[in-house]
Amino acid sequence: MIDMQGVYKTYPNGVIAINGIDVTIEQGEFVYIVGPSGAGKSTFIKLIFREEKPTKGSITVNGKDVLKLKWKQIPYLRRDIGVVYQDFKLLPKMTVYENVAFALEVIGETPKTIRKRVMEVLDLVGLKNKARFIPDELSGGEQQRISIARAIVNYPKLLIADEPTGNLDPDTSWEIMRILEEINAGGTTVIMATHSKEIVNTIKKRVIAIEDGLIARDQHRGEYGYEV
Amino acid sequence: MAMKFRTMKRHFREGAKNIWRNSWMTIASVGAVTTTLVLVGAFLALMLNLSHIAGNLEEDVEIKAFVDLTAEQAEIDAIGAEIEEISEVSLVEFSTKEEELEGLIESMGDEGQVWELYEQDNPLSHAYIVKTTDPLDTVSVASQIEAIENVEKVNYGQDVVQNLFTFNNYARNIGLVLIIGLVFTAIFLISNTIKITIMARRKEIEIMKLVGATNGFIRWPFFVEGLLLGVLGSIIPIAAIVTGYYYLSNNVSSLTQFEFVELLSFNPFAWQLSLLILAIGASIGVWGSVMSVRKFLKV
Repeated sequence: MIDMQGVYKTYPNGVIAINGIDVTIEQGEFVYIVGPSGAGKSTFIKLIFREEKPTKGSITVNGKDVLKLKWKQIPYLRRDIGVVYQDFKLLPKMTVYENVAFALEVIGETPKTIRKRVMEVLDLVGLKNKARFIPDELSGGEQQRISIARAIVNYPKLLIADEPTGNLDPDTSWEIMRILEEINAGGTTVIMATHSKEIVNTIKKRVIAIEDGLIARDQHRGEYGYEV
Repeated sequence: MAMKFRTMKRHFREGAKNIWRNSWMTIASVGAVTTTLVLVGAFLALMLNLSHIAGNLEEDVEIKAFVDLTAEQAEIDAIGAEIEEISEVSLVEFSTKEEELEGLIESMGDEGQVWELYEQDNPLSHAYIVKTTDPLDTVSVASQIEAIENVEKVNYGQDVVQNLFTFNNYARNIGLVLIIGLVFTAIFLISNTIKITIMARRKEIEIMKLVGATNGFIRWPFFVEGLLLGVLGSIIPIAAIVTGYYYLSNNVSSLTQFEFVELLSFNPFAWQLSLLILAIGASIGVWGSVMSVRKFLKV
């Protein structure tokens, strides 16, 4: 699913975010990315869907050589990857329904399919009755669930979540995790960057720890491993 | 790549929705378009009419070549033939001295009756009335005619014509420069307003790209939005110009003392001008919107 070999990333301002990473993630895996703030977690994630480009190394995602993609091909890579952001990144002037539908309009689905599928995922995240609201009218947890709905609406092979529970209260966080597990159970690869010791230690999955731009630890059914 | 019809429909729907979604920005942009188009429209109407009036005046310019009193009929015909040889000449008309006198009497009105005394012993000369294809050639043609044998003198309102041509020339050039300047100011102002409104939406554009939208997919609704902004912005200018021009063209003769002032007729001029304003508005809207969005597409 994802294969990174000898990947380095130095930002234009000289900050070395990723300093030589080799990693392989298989289809259907559920992986936590942990590590201190500023250690390179976000960069690692951004490299996968080409929001950032590595300085050196090779990255293959879903059979596509990410570095060789032309500008015009990048959107097509992103259509196979659903991304859930810590700050939700919802379109503020569109309704909940329109936000989720957008991901399907992009790939040119028929209005009929769009209606059916959007209501389906809104049901899955428990927001069917909020379809006509705009994001600002909803709580943080609800907004996060919309962004999950948008990320999974076109059946992506890979779901990336960058601290999806970062701004949420514990109850809501568990609700989000339940949804992510459900999606993973359907065969979707899930990669989740998190700072939540509780979640990582309770729902045991593969844990990749990134420190100073390097993989410090990679274990199946691992522990969070940091003091909070 | 051929776009699916439903995707095209989606872009139009989305572009129209954006007009509502960003209502404050819509008001700002439409306001800018409206203001500048009212100026451009009024100025265009003024300049085109001035040019039209100037053209009319120039059309009226004619050269009168008076034939020497002693010339025989054959010599008179020879003059006519020679004038017709001049390539810039479009029309030559012979007017006998009797016709000349008649014209003179008529133009004098009641006082003209005094001149009827001369009907028995006409002191006037035969004349050729000459028009040039391009009124601007009047002066050079006149001097050519003057050189012809048996032409006593030529008259074309020398001083007035020279001043008229110089004035018209200035007026047209200055008008052209002003219009170009005004249109550029309009483009600058409007595209800047639109740019600011789109700047506020750069986050949205970024999000769309992260969800996997192609540049074209993002750009199309903006294209539609810009088009609609331009069209909305031209409604008030067009209404103002059509009503204003209707009023003016109906009342101009009573408002001015000059009979020669004749405006371009309301139909079709007002409609042509409206169409022009609509076209300017729409293209500025589209241009401003598409240019501004282009910057944020590299995510």
